[in-house]
Amino acid sequence: MSEQFQPNVVAFLCNWCSYAGADLAGTSRIKYPHNLNVIRVMCSGRVNPLFVINAFQQGADGVLISGCHPGDCHYMEGNFYARRRFSLMNELLEYVGVEPGRFNMSWVSASEGAKWKDVVAGVVEKAKEAGPFDQFRRNKINW
Amino acid sequence: MNNKPKIGVYVCHCGVNISKMVDVDAVTEFASHLPNVKVVRNYSYMCSDPGQLLMREDIKNEGLNRVVVASCSPRMHEMTFRKTLAAAGLNPYFLEMANIREQCSWVHEDREDATGKAKKIVSSAVAKVRLLEALYESEVNVEPATLIIGAGIAGIQAALDIANAGFKVYLVEKSPSVGGKMSQLDKTFPTLDCSACILTPKMVDVAAHPNIELMTYSKVEEITGYVGNFQVKVRKKARYVDMDKCTSCGVCAEECRLAGRIPSEFNENMGKRSAIYLPFPQAVPAKYTIDPERCLFLTRGKCGKSPKCVDACLAGAVNFEQQDEIAEFKVGTVIVATGYDVFDAAKKPEYGYAEYENVITGLELERLVSASGPTGGDILIGKGENAFVPKEIAFIKCVGSRDKSVGNEYCSRVCCMYTAKLAHLVGEKIPDANVRVYYMDVRAFGKGFEEFYDRVRREGVRYIRGNPSEIFKRGDKLVVKVEDTLTATPLEDEVDLVVLAVGLEPRKDVREVIDLLRLSQSSDKFFLEAHPKLAPVDTATDGVFLAGCAQGPKDIPDTVAQAKGAASSALVLLSSGKVKIGAQISFVNEATCRGCGYCVDICPYGAIELVEINRMGNILSVARVNDALCKGCGACAAGCLSGSVQQRSFMDRQILPQIAVLGVMR
Repeated sequence: MSEQFQPNVVAFLCNWCSYAGADLAGTSRIKYPHNLNVIRVMCSGRVNPLFVINAFQQGADGVLISGCHPGDCHYMEGNFYARRRFSLMNELLEYVGVEPGRFNMSWVSASEGAKWKDVVAGVVEKAKEAGPFDQFRRNKINW
Repeated sequence: MNNKPKIGVYVCHCGVNISKMVDVDAVTEFASHLPNVKVVRNYSYMCSDPGQLLMREDIKNEGLNRVVVASCSPRMHEMTFRKTLAAAGLNPYFLEMANIREQCSWVHEDREDATGKAKKIVSSAVAKVRLLEALYESEVNVEPATLIIGAGIAGIQAALDIANAGFKVYLVEKSPSVGGKMSQLDKTFPTLDCSACILTPKMVDVAAHPNIELMTYSKVEEITGYVGNFQVKVRKKARYVDMDKCTSCGVCAEECRLAGRIPSEFNENMGKRSAIYLPFPQAVPAKYTIDPERCLFLTRGKCGKSPKCVDACLAGAVNFEQQDEIAEFKVGTVIVATGYDVFDAAKKPEYGYAEYENVITGLELERLVSASGPTGGDILIGKGENAFVPKEIAFIKCVGSRDKSVGNEYCSRVCCMYTAKLAHLVGEKIPDANVRVYYMDVRAFGKGFEEFYDRVRREGVRYIRGNPSEIFKRGDKLVVKVEDTLTATPLEDEVDLVVLAVGLEPRKDVREVIDLLRLSQSSDKFFLEAHPKLAPVDTATDGVFLAGCAQGPKDIPDTVAQAKGAASSALVLLSSGKVKIGAQISFVNEATCRGCGYCVDICPYGAIELVEINRMGNILSVARVNDALCKGCGACAAGCLSGSVQQRSFMDRQILPQIAVLGVMR
C-alpha cells in the first residue's frame, strides 16, 4: 500500500447524539482527518444494512455507524436495533470477505466532541491499513 | 410539484469561519456543474437578512424549487432557512443543508483537503435535495397543563409563574416536603437574607394555589406521549398518615419509640428524628410522614403492644392500612427541576472527612449555624459533654470541584461565595474565632459578590492561597498541611474545625429521570440543554425544559432566573394552545406492504398498526402509521423487508444517491 492512499469512509450519524457530537468537535475546533463524510439520519436505527452494502459497492473503503450510547437513544430503543442489526451484519461482512476494520460502530454522545475525533481518527486509520476496497465495487462488474 | 428540479446552491462564507479554510469560489464553481443546479451563489453571511433576501428573490425570479444551503450545521440554521423558503412560497422541506462549517472548515487544517470535502458535502446535499418531497406539518392541541418534577426553589418558582398565568401545574416532589436544598440553608449570599424567610412564603403559596396540584412524597413513574400531549403516571407513596386529619401537633413524633434515634436527613444526619416525622418545622405540607424503612411496626409488624403514634394521635390520623396511590393525568409540557447532590467528601480521603468529627462540610456547618438546626444555631462540635466551640477554623475550597482526580472538572459556582458567607456567619456566632480560607482562586463574579468577599476579608477572615494536601490529627488539634503558594511557604496549620466547601454534583438518581424523559447529559453529567447559548432551558425533546441545578451548578438568583425562563418557554406552548409536530415521519406504501407486522413490533411508540383493507374484493392486512404518535426515528423503515415503510425526507431513494455520491467521489 502506498503511503499516499487516502481512504474514503462513509459515516451514518444519528441527529441527536453523534451528529451533535461531531458538531461540538467543530465548535471546539478539534482537528481530525478529512477522509470521512457524513450522512445524517434521525436515528442509528434508521440505517438499513443495505446502506452499508451499498456504500461498499459505490466505492467506500470503510463505513461507520454512530449513534447515542446504548440506553440514551432519543427514540428510546433505536440504537438497540442498530446494535443488533450490525453485530449480525459484521459476521456476514466477515464471511463475504470484508476485512475487519472496514465496518465500524461507535457510540458518541452530543457532549463527546473529543471522542468523535478519536473515532474518526481510528476509523480512518483502520481503513488506511486495509487499503482500497474494490471487491464489491459496481463499476468493476463489466458484463 | 412534479416539475424538474431547479436547484439553488448557496455557499456561505460565514465571515471567515468557512472561507478561511474552504475555497468558497471553487465550491461555487464546482456546484454550478452539478445536475439540476440552476443558480449558485456565495455570500458572506447567508443567514443575514440580505443573504436570505438573495435566496427569496432567486426562488421567485429563477423559479427555483429546491435549495441547498452550504453553511453551518442543520442543527444551527435549518429552521432559519426553512422559514426563508416558506416566505418565498416554497415548501420549507425542499431544503437540504450542507454542513461545511462544524464538520468541515472548523475541523480540518489543509485548505485543499477541506475544499475537496466541502465539494463532496455539497454534492451529497444536491443528490438528496433533487428527490425531496413537499411535506406538511400537522398541528396538535396542547394540553393546558405542566408537570414540574422537583419542588426546590426552581420547581417552586416555575410552578408559581405558570399557575399565575392561569394554567394548571402538577408539582411532584419526591421528599415529604417542598423546599429542596434551599430550605436547608441558613442565610443566602451576598445579601445575608434569611433563606427560610424568603423561601417559606413561596412554599406556602404553591401549596395553596388553586392552579397547582402539589404531590409530595411522590414519584413520577412514567411519561409517554409527545409535546402537547404527555401522559404522566405518578406514584403517591403511602405516608401512613391521613393528610386530611393530621393537624401536625407533633405528639406522635414525641411518643414514637424511635424518637431521637434516627438521623435527620434535613440536618445532614447531625440531628435526630423519630420514625414518624416532619422533615423540618416549616415543612409544606405540614403533615407527618412515617418512614417505612425505619418504623418498627412497618418493618417488623410489631411495635410494643400497639404503635405509640396511633395511641397518641387524637385526630386518629395514623393509618397503617394506607396504600400507595397512582395518579394519572395529561400535560402539555414538562419542566425538570430535580436539583443536585453535594459532593461526597469521603471521596477525598486525604481530608479525613469520614475519620474526624471536626471535619465537616459546608452544608453541615449551614445546619449548625441555623436556628432550626440540631444545635439551635450554636456552632458546637462533638457530642454531649465533649461538645466544644471551635476557635481556630479553616475552610478548604474546591472540594470535589475543579478536580479531575474525582472526575469533576467543572467549577461549582457557589462554593466561593457560600464559604465567604459561612466565614462571616462564624464571625457573628464566635466573635473571637480565627477564620482562614484555603483557596485555589476566588471567583466572586455575581452581582454584589466581590463587595461581599471584600467585606468578609475586612472582617478579618484570612485568605491563604494553597490547596491542602493532607489533614491529620495532632493531640486534640487537626493539622492542615498546605503550601502558601503566594509566599512559597509550607505550613502546618493547627485548627479545631475544618469546613470543606464541597461542590455540586448531579443527583445520584439522575438515571431515573433520564430513563423517564430520554434526556442527554453533558460531559459534567448534568442535563444537556438544547443549545448552550440560545436554548439554555430547552432539551432535545420538544416540550421538555430544564430549570435549576439539574442543568448545571448555579446559585439561587440564577436558578430563579432560569426557572422563570423555563416557565416562560412552557407558557409559549400552553398559551398558544397548538403546536406543530414533525412532518418527517414514516408512511406505508400499502400497495407493496405484505402485512407481516415486523414494523409494528419495531416501533418504540406503538405508532404503527395492522389494518385490514379491501383491495378489489380481497381483504388484506397492511401496516398503517398513526401520524400523531410517530416521532420520525425511521427504525421501521430500516426494518421493512419490502421497503414499503419509508421515512419522509429520509427515504431509501433519497439516502442512496447520497451514498453513491460520497462513495464515488474521491
